[in-house]
Amino acid sequence: MRTILIIIKKEFLQIFRNHMMLPMIFIIPLVQMLILVYAATMEIKRIDLLVIDRDNSQYSRGLISKLSGMKIYRVAVIPTAGKEAEARLLDNSADAVLEIPPDCERLLMQRQNSSVQLRMDAVNGMAAGIINQYTSLTINNYHKKWLASLMPGNAGDGLRQIRVIPRYWYNPGLNYKHYMLPGILVILVTIMGMFLSAINLVREKEMGTIEQINVTPIRRIHFIPGKLIPFWIIALAELSFGLTIGWLFFRVPVRGSLLLLFGFTSVYLLAVMGIGLFLAALSRTQQQLMFMYFFFMLTFLLMSGLFTPVESMPQWAQTINHINPFAYFMRVIRMILLKGSGFRDILPEFVSMTIYAVAALTLAVWRYRKTI
Amino acid sequence: MIRIADVTKSFGENKALSEVSLDILDEELFVLIGPDGAGKSTLFRILVTLLLPDKGHVLIKGLDVVKDFWKIRKIMGYMPGTFSLYPDLTVEENLAFYARIFGMSLGENYPLIREVYEQIEPFKNRPAGKLSGGMKQKLALSCALIHRPEVLVLDEPTTGVDAASRKEFWQMLKKIQREGITVIVSTAYMDEASRGDRTCFLHKGKLLKAGTPEEIRESYPFPLYACRSKDNFALLKALRNEPSTASAMLYGKTIHYSPARNDFSVGTFLSDLEGTGNYGPIEYRKTTPSMEDSFAFLSKQ
Repeated sequence: MRTILIIIKKEFLQIFRNHMMLPMIFIIPLVQMLILVYAATMEIKRIDLLVIDRDNSQYSRGLISKLSGMKIYRVAVIPTAGKEAEARLLDNSADAVLEIPPDCERLLMQRQNSSVQLRMDAVNGMAAGIINQYTSLTINNYHKKWLASLMPGNAGDGLRQIRVIPRYWYNPGLNYKHYMLPGILVILVTIMGMFLSAINLVREKEMGTIEQINVTPIRRIHFIPGKLIPFWIIALAELSFGLTIGWLFFRVPVRGSLLLLFGFTSVYLLAVMGIGLFLAALSRTQQQLMFMYFFFMLTFLLMSGLFTPVESMPQWAQTINHINPFAYFMRVIRMILLKGSGFRDILPEFVSMTIYAVAALTLAVWRYRKTI
Repeated sequence: MIRIADVTKSFGENKALSEVSLDILDEELFVLIGPDGAGKSTLFRILVTLLLPDKGHVLIKGLDVVKDFWKIRKIMGYMPGTFSLYPDLTVEENLAFYARIFGMSLGENYPLIREVYEQIEPFKNRPAGKLSGGMKQKLALSCALIHRPEVLVLDEPTTGVDAASRKEFWQMLKKIQREGITVIVSTAYMDEASRGDRTCFLHKGKLLKAGTPEEIRESYPFPLYACRSKDNFALLKALRNEPSTASAMLYGKTIHYSPARNDFSVGTFLSDLEGTGNYGPIEYRKTTPSMEDSFAFLSKQ
C-alpha cells in the first residue's frame, strides 16, 4: 500500500508538471461540450421548400400561404415542373419539392382522389424523415380544415376519427442537447481514463524508464494500481466537471442518483482502463498505441449509440454491442440522468460491467507480465 | 560471490551469450570488456533479473536470479546503458522517489552518495532531462546507490564521456568499492580494461578470458616487438604476409609484431625485410604485451 502511494504521488507530480495536462482536463471538455452539443444536433431549423403549383387554384394557393406562414419553411413557388426543381435539389437550395398536380382542386371538388408529390433530398436520411413527417402533417391539417369549411355538415366525421396525440416522455421538448450531452460526457470520461493511462504506461516503455523501475522491488500489484488510480481519479473529476457545465449551460436534468452514476462510472472506468492497459501491453511505442486505440475507439464509439439509437442497428451490430463498454455507459448515463432510473433498473448493466472490468483487468495484467 | 554458470541466451536466431561461466568475488571491482554487440548488456540484464537465461544459472550471494529475484532486486543497484530516470522530474524528486521505493529516507544513505551527489546538488531543482550528459550520469549513479546495494552493476557508464570525466568516474567507482560494494562495470574502451581488480573479455557471446590485468597480459603466448618505419601500413602488410608471423597489428604509432616461434631471429628477419620495400630503416624493440594485445590475440582465435 505504501509503495502504491509513492507511485501515485510520483504520477500526480508528473501529470501536473505537464503543461498540456491542465488545459486538457478543463478546457477541452468545455470546448467539446459547448461546440459538439450545439453543432451535433438533429433539430431542423429551416426547410427550403420549392412548390410547383401546376394547379394554381384557390386550394393550392391556400396551401402555399399556409406553408409560407410557418416559420420553419422558406417557400419558393414556380408554376411548372421542369429541370429547375431537380437543379435546386442538386445545388442544395431546396431541401424538398412539393408538386401540386393540375386539376387538383377540381378532382377534390368532384369527390375524387388527388395526390400531391413530395420529393426530398435524402442524403441525410434522418433529416428527410423529419421533413416528410412535418410537411405531411401540415398538408393533412390544411386539408381537413379545407374540408370542414367546404362542408360544414360533415365536419362531425373528423370528430369520430382517432387522433394520436404524441407525448414525449423523459425529454418532453425533444431537446436534442439533453440527449447529446451525456454522450459527450461518455467520450470525455473514456478519453481521460482509458487513453491517458494507457499512453502513460507506453511512455515508460518507450523512454526506457521502465527498465529502472523493473530492477526495484516494485511489484505489478503496486505498479499497475499506482498507474491507474491517478487517471481513475482524474476521470471521475472530469465527470463532475462535465456535469457541472451541463447543468450550468444546458440545464441538463439530473433525475437519478448522482451516487449511482459515479458508482457505475467507477466500475466502467476499471473496465476501459483494463482494455487500455491491454493495448498498452501490446504496443512498444506511443504511436503504435494511438493507431490501435483510434481503431478501437472509433468503432466502438460509433456503435455505442452516441448519434443513432442502438435499437435501430441491425441484429449483428446489437450482438457486437454486448462487448462494447461504451454502449453500456452510454445507455446507463442517459437512463440515470434523463429518466431517473434507479439501481434496480441498471442492475443488468452493472453486473455486466463488473464482469467486464474483472475480465479486462485480468487479461491485461496477464498480458502485461508476458511483455515486460 | 556471484557465480555465473553456463549461461546461454538467444534472441531468435541470434545467440547473444553462449555458455558463459564466470565467478565474481565479493567487494571486487570487476570489468567486463568487449566490442559492441558482444553480449555485455545481455549478461547484465540477466544479472539484474530483467532477462531470463535460456540455459545455465546465476547465483548472486547464494540467491538464484530466476527463483529469488525479489530478494535480489533489494540488494542490487543497476545503472542501465541509456538514461532511464524520469526526465520531467527534478534531480531531487528522482532521488527521493527511488529512495522511498526501497523504503529508505533520503538521509539514510546520504553519506554513501554524498561525494557524487554534491556535484549535482546545485541543480537539484532542475528537471533531470535538462542536465548535461555528465550530470545525468552522476544522478543515475546516485539513484542506483541510494538503497546501499551489495552489488552495483553499471552498463557502459563511460560511453560518450570525455577523457577527464571518465578518469574521475573510475575514481568514484573505486571509492564505492571501498564501501564494501561489489562493482561490476562494462566498457567498450580497451584502455579501461586494466582499471578493475579483474577483467574478463567477452567476444561474440563467448567469454574469452578472465583474470587480473597481470594474468591477462602474461597470457600472451609470443614474444612481442614494437616496430616502426617510414611507412607503417606497407610494413604491416608485409609482416602479415610472412608465414613466420603470428600476429601484427597497428598500435598507436608503432606496429606490435609477434613471430610465431620463440627462437626466431627478429633482427635478421627485419633487416632482410628492409631491402624488399620502401620502408626505410625499421626500428624495433622488445616490449611487454598490453591487455589490448592479449584481447586482440584472443579474439582472433
